[in-house]
Amino acid sequence: MSRFEESAPARGGFSFDLCKRNEMLVQKGLKPSSYLKTGTTIVGLVFQDGVILGADTRATEGPIVADKNCEKIHYMAPNIYCCGAGTAADTEAVTDMVSSQLKLHRFHTGRESRVVTALTLLKSHLFSYQGHVSAALVLGGVDVTGPHLHTIYPHGSTDTLPFATMGSGSLAAMAIFESKYREGLTRDEGVKLVAEAICSGIFNDLGSGSNVDVCVITKGKREYLRNYMLPNPRTYVSEKGYSFSKKTEVLLTKITPLRELVEVIEGGDAMEE
Amino acid sequence: MDSIYNDLNAPHSMGTTIIGVTYDGGVVLGADSRTSTGMYVANRASDKITQLTDNVYICRSGSAADSQVLSDYVRYYLHQHTIQLGQPATVKVAANLVRMVSYNNKNMLQTGLIVGGWDKHEGGKIYGIPLGGTLLEQPFTIGGSGSSYLYGFFDQVWKEGMTQDEAEKLVVKAVSLAIARDGASGGVVRTVTINKDGVSRKFFPGNTLPLWHEELEAKDSLLDGLSAASPEPMVS
Repeated sequence: MSRFEESAPARGGFSFDLCKRNEMLVQKGLKPSSYLKTGTTIVGLVFQDGVILGADTRATEGPIVADKNCEKIHYMAPNIYCCGAGTAADTEAVTDMVSSQLKLHRFHTGRESRVVTALTLLKSHLFSYQGHVSAALVLGGVDVTGPHLHTIYPHGSTDTLPFATMGSGSLAAMAIFESKYREGLTRDEGVKLVAEAICSGIFNDLGSGSNVDVCVITKGKREYLRNYMLPNPRTYVSEKGYSFSKKTEVLLTKITPLRELVEVIEGGDAMEE
Repeated sequence: MDSIYNDLNAPHSMGTTIIGVTYDGGVVLGADSRTSTGMYVANRASDKITQLTDNVYICRSGSAADSQVLSDYVRYYLHQHTIQLGQPATVKVAANLVRMVSYNNKNMLQTGLIVGGWDKHEGGKIYGIPLGGTLLEQPFTIGGSGSSYLYGFFDQVWKEGMTQDEAEKLVVKAVSLAIARDGASGGVVRTVTINKDGVSRKFFPGNTLPLWHEELEAKDSLLDGLSAASPEPMVS
């Protein structure tokens, strides 16, 4: 009995005993166990010509990764994009709804949408639901009044900032921004910083994962860089491939894309009664 | 570890220190700049002094969402009122509108406010509207979580008929004392001075504030590189 008590660490602090054991097991051929991740990292920053938005691409259902490559940067207007963290259904629904409202507003006014319009529509919707619509957003865009970047919280409060992060990985990403951000970044420096911040969230947060999406918005132009970085490639692919059981009767081993079978008519006649 | 993530979903609140003082000829409003979500500082440079009209400003504390929406509504009502009246709105009307919204929705709102401004009928006036929707016209008032540390200070230091310079210095000193003691207040000190000549906004970064008991000089801080005229890019 006394032997067991002696082996327990009497002092506080981290005990590295198990690390040594893990190293020994890896050398003997044991594969280290994988980590489960949940959550999001979304960021935005203002650079000299406009705004840059970034996001990771993992969507989770509790402990399961539901989508390894989802799109978290949502279209609001040709000059405005919005990253969404929180409940995926809520972010999709609220950004789609406001995007439609903005389009109708553009028809009504005949002008390019402004970022503050999107901001007010989003914040009033979220406030009226008192935080039950769980959508935390980073809204960015360039309009006639210049580049704008805002964060919107589920309860409906907003902040206007030169750089912003949201989601469970926001602390990791904010650490990168706070140490490396400065005013008047060039496009390449900005994209690099955004990618670095998202990677920091992907690797350091029990939060995010998979790939990095980036969106650069400048006056009159936007570049949606889907999967700008893929830092988590699939490392093991089985050589055997996939095969059917012996009882299966194989009829055809050729794959025909359906598009070739469909005739697309350009500028056809309108439907008539 | 989990408690940190739970807190990130907490409602965005402004711990805050807000102050409004009258002086001979106008008012000075002051506030810190920290907005916190649980234990995380969501915005370290927020602007808690919001404009309602050309001559009336409001300091917001408590729930960020509630205070932002309330000031948006009151700005809208005041704009309508100004058009209908044909003259700039008085500070008393602005304060009463804020009180009406705050009192009638007392069950749903959680926000303490200070309305301050200058008009030609009454001069500089400060109105405090705490939780619940009371309206109190006072020569000076303090609010927010950091105000607890300032009651004794103001009792001793306050005097009627200060000059603009004295009033501004008093406000900056008070906010910086509260920042030193209140965890939910921090960042920079913002002041807005309103008098018959108009409105002037001032900004005091954290490193220009005096050091209080047991506070140490900043050493090797990131701000050293930023004070240069053209900042050099950080090299990793």
